Amino acid sequence: MLNQTSRRQLLKNGGLLGLIAAFGSALAPRFAFAAWNKAAFEGKTLADTYKAMGAEGAKESGEVQILASDIAENGAVVPLQCVSKLPNTTQIAFLVEKNPNMLAASFDIGPDIVADVTTRIKMGQTSNVIALVKADGKFYTATKEIKVTLGGCGG
Amino acid sequence: MGHPMKIRAASKGGVTEVKVLMNHEMETGFRKDSSGNVVPAWFIAEVVAKLNGKEVMTAQWGPSVSKNPYLAFKIKGGKAGDKVAITWTDSKGDTRTDEATVS
Repeated sequence: MLNQTSRRQLLKNGGLLGLIAAFGSALAPRFAFAAWNKAAFEGKTLADTYKAMGAEGAKESGEVQILASDIAENGAVVPLQCVSKLPNTTQIAFLVEKNPNMLAASFDIGPDIVADVTTRIKMGQTSNVIALVKADGKFYTATKEIKVTLGGCGG
Repeated sequence: MGHPMKIRAASKGGVTEVKVLMNHEMETGFRKDSSGNVVPAWFIAEVVAKLNGKEVMTAQWGPSVSKNPYLAFKIKGGKAGDKVAITWTDSKGDTRTDEATVS
């Protein structure tokens, strides 16, 4: 497998672009949605993920709430609910700081949806969970630490 | 085609609460099988919810949504007899739509 550095060198040296393209497509999932934000889902740091979502500079807000228990006995099934009281909420996303890829789920909610969604996610270990909310074009967050007593990512 | 979803939709006080239980493995791509080979990622990537044929919500999911995903959300309006349809598409391109009547 090529590591980051050698990939960069290849890019710099030019040529072999076909190889890189082939390598990239082997990694990419076999589907292509216009909406699916690949860069965001593959972000490995919070900054990268925020950047891919256009959410840099997201602010903590008391109007956004994460409703979840403090302790998850089973990391494979962690129920999370996010309620936003901000007007014109158009997006709610769940991120787990210590998962290999932080972004778990993102909901684009139209004007007909109450800004209150619930789902279940996997958590590898005890971590901060972030609810990222877009309202009126700006991003706001709420953070909650959830303790996991049994990891859910297997392997 | 995947397995059927369970969808419950109930209207109360002008809000329709929808609960969906999907049937999907949601492989992360990080797990290894008993012989040590990585199990490739396979997950629902996109979910679309419609009320009477009108799109009201879309969701993008990664592989860290739990196996057999659960989703609950609330639609403003909606009344008994309305149709709620949920469609998912997974990372292999498989897709499934199920519909429920609001009670």
